[in-house]
Amino acid sequence: MRTGIYGVMALALLAGACSSPEPTTTTPTGGVARAEPGSVAEFQQVVGDRVFFDLDSSQLRLDARETLTKQATWLKQYTRYAATVEGHADERGTREYNLALGARRAQSVQSFLASQGVPGARLKNISYGKERPEVVGSDEGAWQRNRRGVTSLQ
Amino acid sequence: MTLEKTRRSLLAAGAGMGLLAAMPARAELRLRITPGGNPPPMPIAITDFVGEAVGAQISGVIAADLERSGLFKPIDKSAFIEKIVDPGKVPRFADWRAIGADAVVTGSAQQLGDGRLKVEFRLWDVAAGTQAAGLAYFTQPAQWRRIAHIVADQIFKTITGEEGFFDTRVVYVAESGPGNARVKRLAMMDQDGANNRVLTDGGALVLTPRFSPTLQEIVYMSYQGGQPRVYIMNVDSGRQELLGNFPGMTFAPRFSPDGNRVVMSLATDGNSDIYVMDVRSRSISRLTNHPAIDTSPSFSPDGSQVVFNSDRGGSQQLYVMSSGGGEPRRISFGSGRYTTPVWSPRGDYIAFTKQDGGSFGVGVMRPDGGGERILASSYLDEGPTWAPNGRYLMFFRQSPNSRGQAGAVRLHMVDVTGQNLRSVPTATDASDPAWSPLIPQ
Repeated sequence: MRTGIYGVMALALLAGACSSPEPTTTTPTGGVARAEPGSVAEFQQVVGDRVFFDLDSSQLRLDARETLTKQATWLKQYTRYAATVEGHADERGTREYNLALGARRAQSVQSFLASQGVPGARLKNISYGKERPEVVGSDEGAWQRNRRGVTSLQ
Repeated sequence: MTLEKTRRSLLAAGAGMGLLAAMPARAELRLRITPGGNPPPMPIAITDFVGEAVGAQISGVIAADLERSGLFKPIDKSAFIEKIVDPGKVPRFADWRAIGADAVVTGSAQQLGDGRLKVEFRLWDVAAGTQAAGLAYFTQPAQWRRIAHIVADQIFKTITGEEGFFDTRVVYVAESGPGNARVKRLAMMDQDGANNRVLTDGGALVLTPRFSPTLQEIVYMSYQGGQPRVYIMNVDSGRQELLGNFPGMTFAPRFSPDGNRVVMSLATDGNSDIYVMDVRSRSISRLTNHPAIDTSPSFSPDGSQVVFNSDRGGSQQLYVMSSGGGEPRRISFGSGRYTTPVWSPRGDYIAFTKQDGGSFGVGVMRPDGGGERILASSYLDEGPTWAPNGRYLMFFRQSPNSRGQAGAVRLHMVDVTGQNLRSVPTATDASDPAWSPLIPQ
Protein backbone atom coordinates (compact mmCIF):
# COMPACT_ATOMS: atom_id res chain seq x y z
CA MET A 1 0.00 0.00 0.00
CA ARG A 2 2.75 2.41 0.90
CA THR A 3 4.51 1.59 -2.33
CA GLY A 4 1.35 2.32 -4.28
CA ILE A 5 0.92 5.77 -2.78
CA TYR A 6 4.54 6.54 -3.37
CA GLY A 7 4.14 5.62 -7.03
CA VAL A 8 1.23 7.99 -7.47
CA MET A 9 3.20 10.87 -6.01
CA ALA A 10 6.18 10.18 -8.20
CA LEU A 11 3.96 10.22 -11.30
CA ALA A 12 2.47 13.55 -10.33
CA LEU A 13 5.92 15.05 -9.84
CA LEU A 14 7.13 13.77 -13.18
CA ALA A 15 4.10 15.23 -14.89
CA GLY A 16 4.90 18.58 -13.33
CA ALA A 17 8.50 18.39 -14.42
CA CYS A 18 7.47 17.54 -17.98
CA SER A 19 5.14 20.49 -18.35
CA SER A 20 6.10 23.11 -20.86
CA PRO A 21 8.93 25.40 -19.81
CA GLU A 22 7.09 28.14 -21.70
CA PRO A 23 3.78 28.18 -19.90
CA THR A 24 0.93 29.71 -21.79
CA THR A 25 -2.17 31.08 -20.23
CA THR A 26 -4.56 28.53 -21.68
CA THR A 27 -7.36 27.63 -19.36
CA PRO A 28 -6.46 24.81 -17.03
CA THR A 29 -8.71 21.86 -17.71
CA GLY A 30 -9.44 18.56 -16.06
CA GLY A 31 -9.27 17.77 -12.39
CA VAL A 32 -10.41 21.26 -11.36
CA ALA A 33 -13.51 21.39 -9.22
CA ARG A 34 -16.42 23.24 -10.83
CA ALA A 35 -16.01 26.94 -10.09
CA GLU A 36 -19.07 28.98 -9.23
CA PRO A 37 -19.81 31.47 -12.06
CA GLY A 38 -18.67 34.90 -10.98
CA SER A 39 -16.44 33.55 -8.23
CA VAL A 40 -12.80 34.34 -7.62
CA ALA A 41 -12.10 30.66 -8.23
CA GLU A 42 -13.67 30.88 -11.68
CA PHE A 43 -11.56 33.92 -12.51
CA GLN A 44 -8.38 32.22 -11.36
CA GLN A 45 -9.00 28.74 -12.75
CA VAL A 46 -11.27 29.12 -15.77
CA VAL A 47 -10.52 32.60 -17.09
CA GLY A 48 -6.87 32.55 -15.98
CA ASP A 49 -5.61 35.24 -13.62
CA ARG A 50 -2.08 35.57 -14.96
CA VAL A 51 -0.08 36.28 -18.09
CA PHE A 52 3.60 35.68 -18.79
CA PHE A 53 6.32 37.84 -20.30
CA ASP A 54 9.49 37.31 -22.28
CA LEU A 55 12.87 38.09 -20.72
CA ASP A 56 13.30 41.78 -19.82
CA SER A 57 10.10 42.62 -21.72
CA SER A 58 6.76 44.14 -20.83
CA GLN A 59 5.23 43.53 -24.28
CA LEU A 60 2.01 41.52 -24.13
CA ARG A 61 2.40 38.28 -26.04
CA LEU A 62 -0.43 36.87 -28.15
CA ASP A 63 -1.35 34.31 -25.46
CA ALA A 64 -1.36 37.10 -22.89
CA ARG A 65 -3.72 39.23 -24.99
CA GLU A 66 -6.11 36.31 -25.33
CA THR A 67 -6.18 35.77 -21.57
CA LEU A 68 -6.55 39.48 -20.85
CA THR A 69 -9.42 39.75 -23.34
CA LYS A 70 -11.20 37.01 -21.38
CA GLN A 71 -10.32 38.75 -18.10
CA ALA A 72 -11.81 42.00 -19.40
CA THR A 73 -15.03 40.29 -20.51
CA TRP A 74 -15.37 38.63 -17.13
CA LEU A 75 -14.60 41.84 -15.19
CA LYS A 76 -17.20 43.73 -17.24
CA GLN A 77 -19.77 41.04 -16.42
CA TYR A 78 -18.99 40.88 -12.70
CA THR A 79 -18.81 44.53 -11.79
CA ARG A 80 -18.65 43.93 -8.04
CA TYR A 81 -14.90 43.25 -8.28
CA ALA A 82 -12.00 45.66 -8.30
CA ALA A 83 -8.64 44.34 -9.45
CA THR A 84 -5.00 44.97 -8.57
CA VAL A 85 -2.53 43.96 -11.26
CA GLU A 86 0.72 42.65 -9.79
CA GLY A 87 3.85 42.94 -11.91
CA HIS A 88 6.61 40.40 -11.22
CA ALA A 89 10.09 39.66 -12.55
CA ASP A 90 12.42 36.69 -12.46
CA GLU A 91 15.55 36.71 -10.29
CA ARG A 92 17.89 37.43 -13.22
CA GLY A 93 17.95 41.16 -12.72
CA THR A 94 18.87 43.53 -9.92
CA ARG A 95 16.32 44.32 -7.24
CA GLU A 96 15.82 47.95 -8.22
CA TYR A 97 15.67 47.37 -11.98
CA ASN A 98 13.18 44.55 -11.44
CA LEU A 99 10.93 46.81 -9.38
CA ALA A 100 10.82 49.14 -12.39
CA LEU A 101 10.30 46.23 -14.80
CA GLY A 102 7.46 44.87 -12.64
CA ALA A 103 5.84 48.31 -12.72
CA ARG A 104 6.08 48.34 -16.52
CA ARG A 105 4.52 44.88 -16.79
CA ALA A 106 1.70 45.70 -14.40
CA GLN A 107 1.00 48.86 -16.39
CA SER A 108 0.91 46.90 -19.69
CA VAL A 109 -1.73 44.57 -18.25
CA GLN A 110 -3.73 47.37 -16.66
CA SER A 111 -3.69 49.46 -19.86
CA PHE A 112 -4.87 46.48 -21.92
CA LEU A 113 -7.75 45.76 -19.53
CA ALA A 114 -8.72 49.43 -19.62
CA SER A 115 -8.57 49.42 -23.43
CA GLN A 116 -11.03 46.52 -23.39
CA GLY A 117 -13.50 48.64 -21.44
CA VAL A 118 -12.79 47.79 -17.79
CA PRO A 119 -13.34 51.11 -15.96
CA GLY A 120 -10.09 52.65 -14.73
CA ALA A 121 -11.57 53.26 -11.30
CA ARG A 122 -11.70 49.51 -10.70
CA LEU A 123 -8.05 48.95 -11.62
CA LYS A 124 -4.79 49.62 -9.86
CA ASN A 125 -1.36 48.04 -9.98
CA ILE A 126 1.65 47.19 -7.85
CA SER A 127 5.15 45.96 -8.64
CA TYR A 128 6.81 43.23 -6.61
CA GLY A 129 9.95 43.08 -8.73
CA LYS A 130 11.68 39.77 -7.99
CA GLU A 131 10.53 39.65 -4.38
CA ARG A 132 7.57 37.28 -4.74
CA PRO A 133 8.44 34.45 -7.14
CA GLU A 134 5.72 31.92 -7.87
CA VAL A 135 8.27 29.18 -8.40
CA VAL A 136 11.44 28.95 -6.33
CA GLY A 137 13.93 27.65 -8.86
CA SER A 138 16.99 28.71 -10.80
CA ASP A 139 16.24 27.52 -14.32
CA GLU A 140 14.41 28.95 -17.32
CA GLY A 141 11.23 27.04 -16.42
CA ALA A 142 11.04 28.76 -13.04
CA TRP A 143 12.10 32.16 -14.38
CA GLN A 144 9.42 32.06 -17.11
CA ARG A 145 6.68 31.34 -14.56
CA ASN A 146 7.94 34.21 -12.42
CA ARG A 147 7.93 36.80 -15.24
CA ARG A 148 4.24 37.42 -14.85
CA GLY A 149 1.37 39.79 -14.41
CA VAL A 150 -1.29 38.59 -11.99
CA THR A 151 -4.76 40.13 -11.86
CA SER A 152 -5.81 39.87 -8.23
CA LEU A 153 -9.47 40.48 -7.37
CA GLN A 154 -10.82 42.46 -4.41
CA MET B 1 23.03 53.07 24.13
CA THR B 2 22.17 55.85 21.76
CA LEU B 3 24.27 57.50 19.12
CA GLU B 4 23.94 60.75 21.05
CA LYS B 5 25.64 59.20 24.07
CA THR B 6 28.27 57.75 21.82
CA ARG B 7 29.18 61.12 20.50
CA ARG B 8 29.41 62.69 23.95
CA SER B 9 31.58 60.00 25.42
CA LEU B 10 33.96 60.14 22.50
CA LEU B 11 34.25 63.88 22.75
CA ALA B 12 35.61 63.17 26.20
CA ALA B 13 38.07 60.83 24.55
CA GLY B 14 39.30 63.70 22.42
CA ALA B 15 40.40 65.56 25.52
CA GLY B 16 42.68 62.70 26.41
CA MET B 17 44.31 62.45 23.04
CA GLY B 18 47.08 64.84 23.99
CA LEU B 19 48.38 62.47 26.62
CA LEU B 20 50.56 60.59 24.22
CA ALA B 21 51.97 62.32 21.22
CA ALA B 22 51.13 60.73 17.89
CA MET B 23 54.24 60.53 15.80
CA PRO B 24 54.43 60.18 12.06
CA ALA B 25 54.84 56.69 10.68
CA ARG B 26 58.31 55.69 9.62
CA ALA B 27 58.96 54.53 6.12
CA GLU B 28 59.72 50.99 7.33
CA LEU B 29 56.23 50.59 8.66
CA ARG B 30 54.51 51.62 5.48
CA LEU B 31 52.22 49.38 3.42
CA ARG B 32 51.26 50.78 0.05
CA ILE B 33 47.89 49.88 -1.42
CA THR B 34 48.08 49.95 -5.19
CA PRO B 35 45.58 48.95 -7.86
CA GLY B 36 48.05 46.40 -9.14
CA GLY B 37 47.68 44.25 -6.04
CA ASN B 38 48.36 44.24 -2.36
CA PRO B 39 51.70 43.62 -0.69
CA PRO B 40 51.96 40.45 1.41
CA PRO B 41 50.10 40.93 4.71
CA MET B 42 52.28 42.64 7.34
CA PRO B 43 53.05 40.44 10.37
CA ILE B 44 51.86 42.36 13.44
CA ALA B 45 51.94 41.37 17.11
CA ILE B 46 48.88 42.61 19.00
CA THR B 47 49.47 42.00 22.70
CA ASP B 48 46.72 41.68 25.27
CA PHE B 49 45.99 45.10 26.73
CA VAL B 50 46.91 45.00 30.41
CA GLY B 51 44.62 46.02 33.29
CA GLU B 52 40.93 45.18 33.09
CA ALA B 53 39.80 41.81 31.73
CA VAL B 54 38.26 43.60 28.76
CA GLY B 55 41.79 44.46 27.62
CA ALA B 56 42.29 41.05 26.02
CA GLN B 57 38.91 41.36 24.27
CA ILE B 58 39.91 44.76 22.91
CA SER B 59 43.12 43.25 21.52
CA GLY B 60 41.07 40.45 19.96
CA VAL B 61 38.77 42.90 18.14
CA ILE B 62 41.75 44.94 16.90
CA ALA B 63 43.45 41.80 15.59
CA ALA B 64 40.27 40.58 13.85
CA ASP B 65 39.72 44.00 12.23
CA LEU B 66 43.27 44.23 10.90
CA GLU B 67 43.20 40.64 9.68
CA ARG B 68 39.91 41.29 7.84
CA SER B 69 41.55 44.06 5.82
CA GLY B 70 43.77 41.45 4.17
CA LEU B 71 46.76 43.74 4.74
CA PHE B 72 47.84 42.42 8.14
CA LYS B 73 48.69 39.03 9.55
CA PRO B 74 48.30 39.05 13.34
CA ILE B 75 50.89 36.73 14.89
CA ASP B 76 49.59 33.92 17.12
CA LYS B 77 50.00 35.02 20.74
CA SER B 78 51.53 31.69 21.72
CA ALA B 79 54.61 32.67 19.71
CA PHE B 80 55.23 35.84 21.76
CA ILE B 81 58.52 35.82 23.71
CA GLU B 82 58.18 39.06 25.70
CA LYS B 83 55.22 39.33 28.03
CA ILE B 84 54.09 42.97 28.15
CA VAL B 85 53.65 44.07 31.76
CA ASP B 86 54.03 47.83 31.41
CA PRO B 87 52.66 48.95 28.01
CA GLY B 88 54.24 52.37 28.52
CA LYS B 89 57.74 50.90 28.38
CA VAL B 90 59.67 50.36 25.18
CA PRO B 91 59.33 46.68 24.21
CA ARG B 92 62.36 44.44 23.70
CA PHE B 93 62.48 44.80 19.92
CA ALA B 94 64.86 41.84 19.49
CA ASP B 95 62.21 39.53 20.97
CA TRP B 96 59.67 40.76 18.42
CA ARG B 97 62.12 40.71 15.55
CA ALA B 98 62.82 37.08 16.45
CA ILE B 99 59.21 36.08 15.79
CA GLY B 100 59.02 38.06 12.56
CA ALA B 101 56.86 40.95 13.75
CA ASP B 102 57.16 44.17 11.74
CA ALA B 103 54.94 46.00 14.24
CA VAL B 104 53.89 45.55 17.86
CA VAL B 105 50.78 46.94 19.54
CA THR B 106 50.72 47.35 23.32
CA GLY B 107 48.07 48.94 25.48
CA SER B 108 46.07 49.07 28.65
CA ALA B 109 42.46 49.27 29.77
CA GLN B 110 41.78 50.87 33.14
CA GLN B 111 38.53 51.48 34.98
CA LEU B 112 38.58 55.03 36.38
CA GLY B 113 36.99 56.20 39.65
CA ASP B 114 34.22 58.01 37.77
CA GLY B 115 33.17 54.76 36.05
CA ARG B 116 34.78 55.52 32.72
CA LEU B 117 37.15 53.21 30.92
CA LYS B 118 40.55 54.56 29.87
CA VAL B 119 42.14 52.76 26.92
CA GLU B 120 45.68 53.53 25.80
CA PHE B 121 47.55 52.02 22.91
CA ARG B 122 50.99 52.33 21.36
CA LEU B 123 52.10 51.11 17.95
CA TRP B 124 55.80 50.21 17.77
CA ASP B 125 57.94 50.00 14.66
CA VAL B 126 60.16 46.96 15.24
CA ALA B 127 62.70 47.65 12.48
CA ALA B 128 63.22 51.27 13.47
CA GLY B 129 62.90 50.62 17.20
CA THR B 130 60.54 53.57 17.67
CA GLN B 131 56.97 54.37 18.65
CA ALA B 132 54.90 55.03 15.53
CA ALA B 133 51.64 56.07 17.20
CA GLY B 134 50.12 56.35 20.65
CA LEU B 135 46.75 57.59 21.83
CA ALA B 136 44.48 57.38 24.86
CA TYR B 137 40.68 57.29 24.93
CA PHE B 138 38.12 57.68 27.71
CA THR B 139 34.70 56.16 27.29
CA GLN B 140 31.86 54.28 28.94
CA PRO B 141 32.84 50.63 29.51
CA ALA B 142 29.97 49.44 27.29
CA GLN B 143 31.69 51.17 24.36
CA TRP B 144 34.80 49.02 24.45
CA ARG B 145 34.22 47.52 21.01
CA ARG B 146 34.01 50.99 19.44
CA ILE B 147 37.30 51.95 21.08
CA ALA B 148 38.88 48.76 19.71
CA HIS B 149 37.63 49.66 16.20
CA ILE B 150 38.92 53.24 16.56
CA VAL B 151 42.36 51.93 17.64
CA ALA B 152 42.35 49.53 14.66
CA ASP B 153 41.52 52.48 12.37
CA GLN B 154 44.45 54.44 13.85
CA ILE B 155 46.85 51.55 13.28
CA PHE B 156 45.53 51.03 9.72
CA LYS B 157 45.94 54.73 8.94
CA THR B 158 49.41 55.02 10.47
CA ILE B 159 50.72 52.11 8.47
CA THR B 160 48.84 52.37 5.16
CA GLY B 161 48.33 56.12 4.96
CA GLU B 162 44.65 55.44 4.14
CA GLU B 163 41.66 56.07 6.39
CA GLY B 164 40.43 52.95 8.14
CA PHE B 165 36.94 51.47 7.90
CA PHE B 166 36.52 49.57 11.16
CA ASP B 167 34.48 52.06 13.21
CA THR B 168 31.53 51.74 10.86
CA ARG B 169 28.15 50.06 10.67
CA VAL B 170 26.21 48.23 8.00
CA VAL B 171 22.47 48.46 7.48
CA TYR B 172 21.00 45.56 5.53
CA VAL B 173 17.93 43.43 4.87
CA ALA B 174 17.71 40.37 7.15
CA GLU B 175 15.93 37.56 5.30
CA SER B 176 14.11 34.48 6.55
CA GLY B 177 11.32 32.14 5.50
CA PRO B 178 10.51 30.30 2.25
CA GLY B 179 11.73 31.57 -1.10
CA ASN B 180 8.30 32.58 -2.39
CA ALA B 181 7.30 34.43 0.79
CA ARG B 182 10.54 35.79 2.23
CA VAL B 183 10.24 37.85 5.39
CA LYS B 184 12.53 40.87 5.13
CA ARG B 185 13.49 43.11 8.00
CA LEU B 186 15.77 46.10 8.27
CA ALA B 187 18.77 45.33 10.45
CA MET B 188 21.92 47.16 11.48
CA MET B 189 25.22 45.85 12.79
CA ASP B 190 28.83 46.85 13.31
CA GLN B 191 30.95 46.10 10.23
CA ASP B 192 32.30 42.98 11.96
CA GLY B 193 28.80 41.60 12.61
CA ALA B 194 28.64 42.54 16.30
CA ASN B 195 25.83 44.52 17.95
CA ASN B 196 23.19 43.33 15.49
CA ARG B 197 19.86 45.16 15.83
CA VAL B 198 16.69 44.31 13.94
CA LEU B 199 14.81 47.53 13.18
CA THR B 200 11.49 46.40 11.67
CA ASP B 201 9.14 43.57 12.62
CA GLY B 202 8.89 41.86 9.24
CA GLY B 203 5.20 42.72 8.80
CA ALA B 204 5.98 44.78 5.71
CA LEU B 205 8.43 43.90 2.94
CA VAL B 206 11.39 46.30 3.15
CA LEU B 207 14.22 46.78 0.64
CA THR B 208 17.35 48.83 -0.12
CA PRO B 209 18.16 50.65 3.15
CA ARG B 210 20.85 53.39 2.99
CA PHE B 211 22.43 55.53 5.72
CA SER B 212 22.43 59.28 5.95
CA PRO B 213 25.96 60.69 6.37
CA THR B 214 25.40 61.15 10.13
CA LEU B 215 24.02 57.59 10.52
CA GLN B 216 21.01 59.16 12.27
CA GLU B 217 18.60 58.25 9.49
CA ILE B 218 18.04 55.36 7.14
CA VAL B 219 16.20 55.83 3.87
CA TYR B 220 14.60 52.67 2.43
CA MET B 221 11.62 51.24 0.58
CA SER B 222 8.70 49.59 2.34
CA TYR B 223 5.44 47.95 1.26
CA GLN B 224 3.81 49.21 4.46
CA GLY B 225 0.07 49.72 3.93
CA GLY B 226 0.25 47.73 0.69
CA GLN B 227 1.98 50.50 -1.25
CA PRO B 228 5.66 50.36 -2.13
CA ARG B 229 7.17 53.70 -1.20
CA VAL B 230 10.27 55.35 0.19
CA TYR B 231 10.46 56.02 3.93
CA ILE B 232 12.93 57.64 6.31
CA MET B 233 13.59 56.08 9.71
CA ASN B 234 15.21 57.84 12.63
CA VAL B 235 17.59 55.23 14.03
CA ASP B 236 17.38 56.36 17.67
CA SER B 237 13.62 56.78 17.95
CA GLY B 238 12.68 54.12 15.40
CA ARG B 239 10.15 56.57 13.96
CA GLN B 240 9.34 55.98 10.28
CA GLU B 241 8.06 58.67 7.99
CA LEU B 242 6.83 58.51 4.40
CA LEU B 243 9.12 60.57 2.17
CA GLY B 244 6.70 62.44 -0.07
CA ASN B 245 3.25 61.25 -1.06
CA PHE B 246 3.17 60.30 -4.72
CA PRO B 247 0.54 58.42 -6.71
CA GLY B 248 3.10 55.89 -7.97
CA MET B 249 5.78 53.66 -6.50
CA THR B 250 8.90 55.39 -5.15
CA PHE B 251 12.04 53.30 -4.85
CA ALA B 252 15.85 53.13 -5.10
CA PRO B 253 16.52 56.00 -2.66
CA ARG B 254 19.97 57.35 -1.71
CA PHE B 255 21.10 60.34 0.31
CA SER B 256 23.25 63.07 -1.14
CA PRO B 257 26.71 63.22 0.48
CA ASP B 258 25.63 66.21 2.63
CA GLY B 259 22.43 64.43 3.69
CA ASN B 260 20.20 67.29 2.58
CA ARG B 261 18.70 65.56 -0.46
CA VAL B 262 17.43 62.12 -1.39
CA VAL B 263 17.57 60.96 -4.99
CA MET B 264 15.17 58.16 -6.00
CA SER B 265 12.97 56.72 -8.72
CA LEU B 266 9.26 57.38 -9.11
CA ALA B 267 7.16 55.11 -11.32
CA THR B 268 4.29 56.99 -12.97
CA ASP B 269 1.94 54.96 -15.19
CA GLY B 270 4.55 52.23 -15.21
CA ASN B 271 7.45 54.47 -16.26
CA SER B 272 10.35 55.04 -13.85
CA ASP B 273 12.18 58.37 -13.85
CA ILE B 274 14.63 59.93 -11.39
CA TYR B 275 13.69 62.68 -8.96
CA VAL B 276 15.52 64.47 -6.19
CA MET B 277 13.87 65.65 -2.97
CA ASP B 278 15.03 68.23 -0.47
CA VAL B 279 14.71 66.41 2.85
CA ARG B 280 13.73 69.46 4.91
CA SER B 281 11.36 71.30 2.58
CA ARG B 282 10.21 68.12 0.81
CA SER B 283 10.30 70.00 -2.47
CA ILE B 284 10.96 67.73 -5.41
CA SER B 285 12.50 68.17 -8.81
CA ARG B 286 12.59 65.84 -11.76
CA LEU B 287 15.98 64.86 -13.17
CA THR B 288 15.03 62.52 -16.04
CA ASN B 289 12.02 62.43 -18.34
CA HIS B 290 12.27 59.44 -20.63
CA PRO B 291 10.08 56.43 -21.51
CA ALA B 292 12.98 54.14 -20.55
CA ILE B 293 13.53 52.71 -17.08
CA ASP B 294 15.76 55.16 -15.17
CA THR B 295 16.71 53.93 -11.70
CA SER B 296 19.44 53.24 -9.10
CA PRO B 297 20.70 56.84 -8.89
CA SER B 298 23.80 57.67 -6.81
CA PHE B 299 25.45 61.06 -6.17
CA SER B 300 29.11 61.83 -6.79
CA PRO B 301 30.93 62.66 -3.53
CA ASP B 302 30.84 66.41 -4.28
CA GLY B 303 27.10 66.21 -4.96
CA SER B 304 27.43 67.75 -8.42
CA GLN B 305 26.64 64.66 -10.51
CA VAL B 306 24.39 61.61 -10.43
CA VAL B 307 25.19 58.23 -11.96
CA PHE B 308 22.21 56.00 -12.75
CA ASN B 309 21.03 52.96 -14.65
CA SER B 310 18.88 53.25 -17.77
CA ASP B 311 17.75 51.00 -20.62
CA ARG B 312 17.19 54.02 -22.88
CA GLY B 313 19.81 52.69 -25.32
CA GLY B 314 18.10 49.29 -25.57
CA SER B 315 19.88 47.53 -22.70
CA GLN B 316 20.73 48.44 -19.14
CA GLN B 317 23.73 50.77 -19.04
CA LEU B 318 25.23 53.40 -16.77
CA TYR B 319 24.78 57.12 -17.39
CA VAL B 320 26.09 60.23 -15.64
CA MET B 321 24.24 63.55 -15.52
CA SER B 322 24.42 66.79 -13.57
CA SER B 323 22.60 66.56 -10.23
CA GLY B 324 20.43 69.40 -11.56
CA GLY B 325 19.34 67.20 -14.47
CA GLY B 326 20.24 67.72 -18.12
CA GLU B 327 21.47 65.45 -20.87
CA PRO B 328 23.03 62.25 -19.47
CA ARG B 329 26.13 60.72 -21.02
CA ARG B 330 26.60 56.99 -21.22
CA ILE B 331 29.75 55.65 -19.51
CA SER B 332 29.45 51.83 -19.78
CA PHE B 333 30.22 50.20 -23.11
CA GLY B 334 31.40 46.67 -22.32
CA SER B 335 29.44 43.49 -23.02
CA GLY B 336 26.52 42.67 -20.75
CA ARG B 337 24.12 44.76 -18.70
CA TYR B 338 25.27 47.27 -16.10
CA THR B 339 23.13 48.17 -13.08
CA THR B 340 23.19 49.60 -9.51
CA PRO B 341 26.02 52.12 -9.95
CA VAL B 342 27.42 53.56 -6.71
CA TRP B 343 29.97 56.35 -6.68
CA SER B 344 32.98 55.76 -4.43
CA PRO B 345 33.24 58.21 -1.50
CA ARG B 346 36.73 59.12 -2.83
CA GLY B 347 35.34 59.82 -6.28
CA ASP B 348 37.84 57.70 -8.17
CA TYR B 349 35.55 54.79 -9.09
CA ILE B 350 31.95 53.84 -9.71
CA ALA B 351 30.97 50.35 -8.53
CA PHE B 352 28.23 48.44 -10.32
CA THR B 353 26.49 45.10 -10.79
CA LYS B 354 27.17 43.52 -14.17
CA GLN B 355 25.11 40.77 -15.76
CA ASP B 356 27.11 38.99 -18.43
CA GLY B 357 26.41 35.55 -19.80
CA GLY B 358 24.99 33.44 -17.02
CA SER B 359 26.55 35.27 -14.10
CA PHE B 360 26.22 38.45 -12.09
CA GLY B 361 29.32 40.18 -10.79
CA VAL B 362 30.30 43.36 -9.01
CA GLY B 363 32.94 45.58 -10.51
CA VAL B 364 34.33 49.09 -10.69
CA MET B 365 35.08 51.57 -13.45
CA ARG B 366 36.35 55.13 -13.46
CA PRO B 367 33.67 57.84 -13.72
CA ASP B 368 34.71 58.32 -17.36
CA GLY B 369 33.91 54.64 -17.99
CA GLY B 370 37.54 53.51 -18.32
CA GLY B 371 39.50 51.00 -16.26
CA GLU B 372 36.66 48.51 -15.80
CA ARG B 373 37.44 45.52 -13.54
CA ILE B 374 35.20 42.78 -12.22
CA LEU B 375 35.98 42.09 -8.55
CA ALA B 376 33.72 39.13 -7.85
CA SER B 377 31.24 37.08 -9.82
CA SER B 378 28.89 34.15 -9.22
CA TYR B 379 25.33 33.01 -9.93
CA LEU B 380 24.17 36.31 -8.42
CA ASP B 381 26.45 38.96 -6.92
CA GLU B 382 24.51 42.19 -6.56
CA GLY B 383 24.37 45.61 -4.99
CA PRO B 384 27.88 46.84 -4.11
CA THR B 385 28.34 49.40 -1.32
CA TRP B 386 31.58 51.23 -0.48
CA ALA B 387 33.50 51.34 2.76
CA PRO B 388 34.08 55.01 3.63
CA ASN B 389 37.75 54.81 2.59
CA GLY B 390 36.75 53.74 -0.93
CA ARG B 391 39.10 50.74 -0.76
CA TYR B 392 36.65 47.95 0.15
CA LEU B 393 33.19 46.98 -1.06
CA MET B 394 30.42 44.87 0.37
CA PHE B 395 27.69 43.19 -1.70
CA PHE B 396 25.29 40.26 -1.46
CA ARG B 397 25.65 36.86 -3.05
CA GLN B 398 22.70 34.57 -3.70
CA SER B 399 23.32 30.90 -4.40
CA PRO B 400 21.06 29.18 -6.93
CA ASN B 401 17.75 27.82 -5.63
CA SER B 402 17.33 24.08 -5.64
CA ARG B 403 14.24 21.90 -5.46
CA GLY B 404 11.99 24.71 -4.31
CA GLN B 405 14.45 25.78 -1.62
CA ALA B 406 15.73 29.33 -1.76
CA GLY B 407 19.50 29.55 -2.22
CA ALA B 408 21.50 31.10 0.62
CA VAL B 409 21.83 34.89 0.48
CA ARG B 410 24.91 36.22 2.25
CA LEU B 411 26.97 39.39 2.55
CA HIS B 412 30.50 39.41 1.19
CA MET B 413 33.32 41.92 1.04
CA VAL B 414 36.18 42.37 -1.40
CA ASP B 415 38.84 45.02 -1.84
CA VAL B 416 38.94 47.39 -4.79
CA THR B 417 41.72 45.36 -6.41
CA GLY B 418 39.55 42.22 -6.39
CA GLN B 419 41.53 40.55 -3.61
CA ASN B 420 40.51 39.58 -0.10
CA LEU B 421 37.06 38.23 -0.99
CA ARG B 422 35.41 36.94 2.18
CA SER B 423 31.98 36.47 3.68
CA VAL B 424 30.63 38.85 6.31
CA PRO B 425 28.97 37.09 9.25
CA THR B 426 25.25 37.71 9.75
CA ALA B 427 22.75 35.98 12.03
CA THR B 428 20.36 35.20 9.16
CA ASP B 429 20.41 35.37 5.37
CA ALA B 430 21.16 38.96 4.39
CA SER B 431 20.99 41.22 1.34
CA ASP B 432 21.13 44.89 0.31
CA PRO B 433 24.03 45.96 2.54
CA ALA B 434 24.82 49.68 2.85
CA TRP B 435 28.08 50.64 4.52
CA SER B 436 28.05 53.70 6.78
CA PRO B 437 30.62 56.48 6.83
CA LEU B 438 33.03 56.41 9.78
CA ILE B 439 30.86 56.90 12.86
CA PRO B 440 31.09 60.56 13.95
CA GLN B 441 33.22 60.76 17.12
